[in-house]
Amino acid sequence: MNLLRHRWLLPMATAVILTALWLGAGMRYDNLLSVRVFSNLLGNNAVIGVAAVGMTFVLLAGGIDLSVGAVVAFTSIFIASQMRGGMGASAVMAAALAIGTVFGALQGLMIQGYRLPAFLVTLGGMFLMRGLAFMVSEESIAITSPLYSALQERGIPLAAGVQLPLTAVLFLGVIALGALVAHGTRFGRNVYALGGSEPSALLMGLPVARVRVAVYALSGFCAALAGAALTVQSGAGNATNSQGLELEAISAAVIGGTLLSGGRGYIVGTLLGVLVAGLIRTVINFAGNVPAAWQSIAVGGLLLAFILLQKLIARRAPV
Amino acid sequence: MAFPTSSPSSVPGALKTLLWPLAALLLLLAFNAVTSDFFLHVEMRDGRLYGTLIDILNQGAKVMILAVGMTLVIATGGVDLSVGSVMAIAGALAAVLAADAHAGLWLILPACLGLAAVLGSVNGWLVSGLKLQPIIATLILMVTGRGAAKLLTGNDISPVRTITFDFPPLRFLGSGHVLGVPFSIVLVALIFGLTVLIFRRTALGLFLEATGNNETAARFAGLPAARVKVLAYAWCGLCAGLAGLVETGNLGACDPEQTGQMMELDAIFAVVAGGTVLTGGRFSLAGSILGALLIQTLTHTLLAHQVRPTVMPVYKAVVILALCLLHSPKFRAQLARLRPRRAAAGI
Repeated sequence: MNLLRHRWLLPMATAVILTALWLGAGMRYDNLLSVRVFSNLLGNNAVIGVAAVGMTFVLLAGGIDLSVGAVVAFTSIFIASQMRGGMGASAVMAAALAIGTVFGALQGLMIQGYRLPAFLVTLGGMFLMRGLAFMVSEESIAITSPLYSALQERGIPLAAGVQLPLTAVLFLGVIALGALVAHGTRFGRNVYALGGSEPSALLMGLPVARVRVAVYALSGFCAALAGAALTVQSGAGNATNSQGLELEAISAAVIGGTLLSGGRGYIVGTLLGVLVAGLIRTVINFAGNVPAAWQSIAVGGLLLAFILLQKLIARRAPV
Repeated sequence: MAFPTSSPSSVPGALKTLLWPLAALLLLLAFNAVTSDFFLHVEMRDGRLYGTLIDILNQGAKVMILAVGMTLVIATGGVDLSVGSVMAIAGALAAVLAADAHAGLWLILPACLGLAAVLGSVNGWLVSGLKLQPIIATLILMVTGRGAAKLLTGNDISPVRTITFDFPPLRFLGSGHVLGVPFSIVLVALIFGLTVLIFRRTALGLFLEATGNNETAARFAGLPAARVKVLAYAWCGLCAGLAGLVETGNLGACDPEQTGQMMELDAIFAVVAGGTVLTGGRFSLAGSILGALLIQTLTHTLLAHQVRPTVMPVYKAVVILALCLLHSPKFRAQLARLRPRRAAAGI
């Protein structure tokens, strides 16, 4: 029982912070406690959130993926340029998701097959994808498609005049699916086992090589999906999109209680982490006169605080 | 063994390490010399040296300075992803001090380099004191640092501001000449010489290598492993600060968004290309300088062949990933297995 409490401590701490932040800021700014702000919060952070789910799997397996921001940017500009070129929306989407997945799998193969450090391979991948994105187009490309305007207008009505945008629905769907995969499938258990201890996973006869490659492929897929969501959200593709998104995704996972050393964490925690970081951004926007640069400093500080908290807990309860 | 070992005492060993990057650099230089008529041409104009080779040295100064510091960090088995942001902070502080406070160089230099070294030692403390993974510890500064640089230069009217200044001494750091030689190259020689003096002419270098090889063993042998690590990160921060001053001085302005952007990969590339292994344990400062020259020559070659600067990372990434593969024992074994088969097919 004691152990269980420890395991849920970090996500619960995040939930407490989220609630406190929300109520505290809500008292100061009247409109913050509205359904509209909540639905915008989910919608505006859908891109980060979807990428963060993939990142959570990578972190759970004891790895890291620095390429997600660049993959998001590449996907967005790829989709926009291909649609301008006359390709059908669904075909472009399928191609983009396939590219992201294959790219992630290739990174996984280099990491697993040749024992190269994950950060170096994915840092290389980040530069590769960012450069490729600029190769597709230096300028932002707008997407003019009836399907896109339909996607942008649709949503789930929450209250009078407020609807949950489709990107937010996608975000919540990916979270639910991710939680299901992590906790309810053999693959999910293998990921936890690999992150917990690779030698043990090998001795247990788990397919460590396949799991590791699959985890990076999954992260690539999620990043590509996030890029597709970004094109729907912004109605355009841009090679400069999502600089530094990888850190926001890592922050979201860590703030949500995923251990950087792997093996422990929850997909639902990542949802909380995304919301905390997003809420900080919203509050800074509400405050108006605070420079936007404080956002990155606040999120970085929060990340550091949570890592320190993790260290403290890990020292007390070596699970 | 992935790469030939070098020990500081045996000269032939050290030379062997340098052979690979030197060969690659000479190959690239030869390619350029063949494809471009003016490549090797160096002339004296108005008492200053001009020519493509001088340009490469001058433009490569930042990477060389960064690579010197990065070598020490990688030798401990770590990595510093924050060097680009530290460059931006140091550059922003220098620009603000010069443009708004009209401070002299006697204040700007110690303030900027001191701040950079402090930021570096914070990285080192996070890694050695709190036992954070180096990637994560320095990633935090990589992101918050750029925000801090924007705060330094921004004001109420424009939150992200490029600060231009007209302060000859600071401009001299990046674009001055001494006896015809660009001052940035003199700075490279200074920081390289100083680093060699501190880390190779004393036992500190051995401490670094021992810590990188096996930290526990080093600690049991009585080495102050934690302090050695902090020193390596602090020195890396100092180098990044100096590189930031060179860039800011060269442009006569600081744009916190652009200063040092994507420089961390170039620095890591230079170190890896120079024969320092990423797992730590041994390092070659001269190799890193060669590696930095290699990447700068590569940049120049790509630019000369009309590759857009924004697309450049593609080629650099391919080269660095190929280089990493060459470092991998398994890949080398596969290559070795491939060779006789190909020869057999040829017959």
